[in-house]
Amino acid sequence: MIGTEVDLQRVGDLTWVNGPVVRARGSSRIKMYEVVQVGPEHLVGEVIGLDHQMITIQVYEETSGLRPGTAVYGTGALLSVELGPGLMSSIFDGIQRPLPVMERRSGPWIGRGIQLTPLYRKREWHFKPSVRVGDAVVGGAVLGMVPETPLVAHKVMVPPALSGRLSQLAPEGNYTLEDEIAVITDDRGDHSITMLQRWPVRNPRPYRSRLRPTELLVTGQRVLDTFFPLAKGGTAAIPGGFGAGKTVLQHQVAKWSDADVIIYVGCGERGNEMSDVLRQFPELRDPASGRPLMERTILIANTSNMPVAAREASIYTGVTLAEYYRDMGYDVAMMADSTSRWAEALREISGRLEEMPAEEGFPAYLPARLAEFYERAGRVTTLGGDRGSVSLIGAVSPPGGDFSEPVTQHTRRFVRCFWALDKDLASERHFPAVNWLRSYSQYVDDLSPWWTDSNAPEWHELRERALEILQREDHLRQIVQLIGADALPDDQRLVLETARLLREGVLQQSALDDVDAYTTIDKQVGMLRLVLAFHDHGSRLISKGCPVTLVRDLPAVERIVRIKQMVPNEAVSQLAMIGQALTAQMTELERRYS
Amino acid sequence: MNTMRTTPVGTGAPVGTGSGQEVTGLARINGPLVVVEGVGGVGYDDVVDVEGPDGDIRRGRVLEAGENLAVIEVFSGTSGLSVGDTKVRFLGRPMQVPVAEEMLGRVFDGLGNPIDGQPDPLAEDWADINGQPVNPTARLYPQDTIRTGISAIDGMNTLVLGQKLPIFSGNGLPHDQIAAQIVRQSGLLTRGDSNIGAAQFAIVFAALGVKHDVADFFRDSFSSAGSLARVAMFLNLADDPAIERVVTPKVALTLAEFLAFGRGMHVLVVLTDMTNYCEALRQVSSARGEIPGRKGYPGYLYSELASMYERTGRLQGREGSITQLPILTMPNDDITHPVPDLTGYITEGQIVLSRELFQQGIYPPVSVLPSLSRLMKDSIGEGFTRRDHPHVASQLYAAYAAAQNARSLASVIGEEELGVVDQAYLKFGTTFERDFVGQGPRENRSVEETLDRAWQALSTLPRSELTRVRDDEIDAFLGHGFSRSEAGRSEAGRSEAGRSEAGVQKDAVSGRAW
Repeated sequence: MIGTEVDLQRVGDLTWVNGPVVRARGSSRIKMYEVVQVGPEHLVGEVIGLDHQMITIQVYEETSGLRPGTAVYGTGALLSVELGPGLMSSIFDGIQRPLPVMERRSGPWIGRGIQLTPLYRKREWHFKPSVRVGDAVVGGAVLGMVPETPLVAHKVMVPPALSGRLSQLAPEGNYTLEDEIAVITDDRGDHSITMLQRWPVRNPRPYRSRLRPTELLVTGQRVLDTFFPLAKGGTAAIPGGFGAGKTVLQHQVAKWSDADVIIYVGCGERGNEMSDVLRQFPELRDPASGRPLMERTILIANTSNMPVAAREASIYTGVTLAEYYRDMGYDVAMMADSTSRWAEALREISGRLEEMPAEEGFPAYLPARLAEFYERAGRVTTLGGDRGSVSLIGAVSPPGGDFSEPVTQHTRRFVRCFWALDKDLASERHFPAVNWLRSYSQYVDDLSPWWTDSNAPEWHELRERALEILQREDHLRQIVQLIGADALPDDQRLVLETARLLREGVLQQSALDDVDAYTTIDKQVGMLRLVLAFHDHGSRLISKGCPVTLVRDLPAVERIVRIKQMVPNEAVSQLAMIGQALTAQMTELERRYS
Repeated sequence: MNTMRTTPVGTGAPVGTGSGQEVTGLARINGPLVVVEGVGGVGYDDVVDVEGPDGDIRRGRVLEAGENLAVIEVFSGTSGLSVGDTKVRFLGRPMQVPVAEEMLGRVFDGLGNPIDGQPDPLAEDWADINGQPVNPTARLYPQDTIRTGISAIDGMNTLVLGQKLPIFSGNGLPHDQIAAQIVRQSGLLTRGDSNIGAAQFAIVFAALGVKHDVADFFRDSFSSAGSLARVAMFLNLADDPAIERVVTPKVALTLAEFLAFGRGMHVLVVLTDMTNYCEALRQVSSARGEIPGRKGYPGYLYSELASMYERTGRLQGREGSITQLPILTMPNDDITHPVPDLTGYITEGQIVLSRELFQQGIYPPVSVLPSLSRLMKDSIGEGFTRRDHPHVASQLYAAYAAAQNARSLASVIGEEELGVVDQAYLKFGTTFERDFVGQGPRENRSVEETLDRAWQALSTLPRSELTRVRDDEIDAFLGHGFSRSEAGRSEAGRSEAGRSEAGVQKDAVSGRAW
């Protein structure tokens, strides 16, 4: 996209340099958000302001040494991404430059002014047409398939704005991205179609209609799926102070969720975290297919030490790629870690422009930008008539862990799932540190039918009851802090005991344990059923005068806590055995007290 | 004021384009900033020499370049400059410093000029102090455990070669002693496939606005460990120009990068105190009239800190590494203050010190609950330290959190009123703080001893509370170990640790680190 194949025209001369923001004087024909190249090194930038002859540009590379008087070149193109086979398994920077290629070009450090095409041109892909010459096709219609990776079949589509009659179509065979594979004729003439297409990142890709999000994005994380579920096509935010586990949770969702395609955007975060992903994903296997997870993943890495303006662009680059795969009919999940760094990039650019700040120095358009971004999520009927979805999961890094700050507050307005991470839980190493009292999901009602179809019609009720017990526990703990647990009546102590089982047995989940890292829906519901069965039976026992300590010390109770690690997903039938043992032991107790 | 300061760095440095442009007279002086008008084609971030009326030459840097104007920050301050007689010479290139292996064993000022009375080191290369961002694909994920001999770190916040792990401290807390102890005692735990022992070790130390005593303490500490010849010290002390601090860590890291990735050494970088760096940056920002973020710090503080902290790690196919141990004091012990807050978002964890433990006489006063090592998860356990390590660490966190709850309950209803389990937790808390966290400043514990001490502390709890360790680990490690390992293993020294039959992996230290 970086204008390697476009005519460069000198459009102005640099007049002012201040970090990533520069100004030039020149042509009034240059467009807003046009990509430009700045200075003798041809640093990539984007026009972000026009005032008479004055062009304001944010530069996506380090501007050290740039001097007024040097040239600015226009490319005529808006900031765009390249779309086509070869995206999958790639790792790009914020403006879609392939980082491995860059490493071969400039070594372990990122040099400046390196022009690279995002997609490798010379590779041939096997194209198999799925339409015939003479067919009428509309934008988004699938022309044929390319096996991009063993996990993802790439559908070559008609560009969204085009429709007409297919006057030529390449036969099945191997083609490069730039080979013509079809010609579409409409009343304006013939249009040549290749597998390589472009799309401006700041414009959402069109779809036919929106659908209600009614399918669960299964993540295998119990606190998410069971308690605060995210629907495919939904939006979620993960706010949390440092060390609360945002990144690990994002990684877990990226690894285990049942999306077809994962776009992982590391926006202003640590370099070693990206190398961790690069180390793990090729080795980790997709639970459904057994293939390496990397085969369904695209990584976008603009780490905290990379130029700040490209951090701003990385989010848009990511979501545009997500929409492209959505248009093929796939369920795509995009993780953005962290949207606070993106907002701070906006703030930094805004500050250098000396714009009037709103809250805490953030520009007044922050909420509008957040809303625009999260609205690009959704489950849709595509132009081609398929169903696809983009789910967006954004991490938020509130300063001081204080959720009242602007980015967290505005994000809350535009997402429907709020997975609030809690520093105290993290200190106890209760992970994922999702606070069950502060988190919420507005997809619960939308998803009830899905659970019913998945053999768990009582999910809604189990979930509500478990949350109620946790809520009562929170209340009781305040009393316990004053008088100690031993002073409570036995029925209240049973609530504490059940809540402990919920916390340690269900909510807590180790990302590092082979068995515990991923829990199937069946096992999740089974575990919840067991804990609540314990509570029901225990309440009966206590009402008959049985002391809570006897109930608590039953050998089967400790086994409930260890189910998560001891019972593999495939052996979910063992839950029934544990349940029988529990019932037997409790019935035995009951006999003594009735 | 040190006379060496008048010698500008890099008189022999390569020269960029547009050099030699010289202007006499300033438009404005504003705190550490000077504004020059009537210049053209000045490069952003270029280095300048500012010559005062007395002929004294000061280093500066272009912060903003316009068509006809340049805003310059002067590192050593603007005191004594006049609007009329000051000359500004633009050198036409970003700031570069000489780097060389022979800079080890030397002492420099905050800009990299030698201040130990010896001649300038012979430059092997000149490097831009800003460095360049590492391509994430070129990084090697750090997984080689460093044994510091400090239980609170090795057991619960393991340090890894190539990690950036800051110490969050407060005024008057013994952060310097802890950093010195880490430097003195660190050794690498060998892994089967590791050939790390071959590389050399080096220390780059940067003092940012700390007192002379602190710099002397570190010098003595390096000296007593016999590593002074492996240390390069960059000193910007409390009475040195504050603005200079803005570049000191970058100068230090530039040398560290050369030693690590140019010469294949394992470099430990100690930066103290990063809070002073941030304050210098705030001072410049406010002089420029920038829109402030939290507490007056500029909005780009995160990016600035990241550009330094991220100059850490290891690279694929290269021998060396950079491990960073920045120290920062939290104003008013407030961990939500912007400096520790932003640092925590960038670094791979943090070691937090507690005033309360310090007042109880516990050394090192590491507050384990808010402390964290993000790289620990992939560097401990079977094949790295000992198989029970991940679970024991997790159990210690849970148990200590429960002990804190029991304490606050005891303070309300009295210890006698507590239930049996809470009583046990009280006991655990005390044992844990005294015998596990607490140790001598010269006590160098093996990982095995650390873990045995952990089990010893956990043995004060009923077995039913140990839900995070596995049954087989309880059988193997609970109740035996400590008394055995206590005999003869607490000696300070770097002897090869013994192995016990209880499933110990390796605790052999390959070569001393720093």
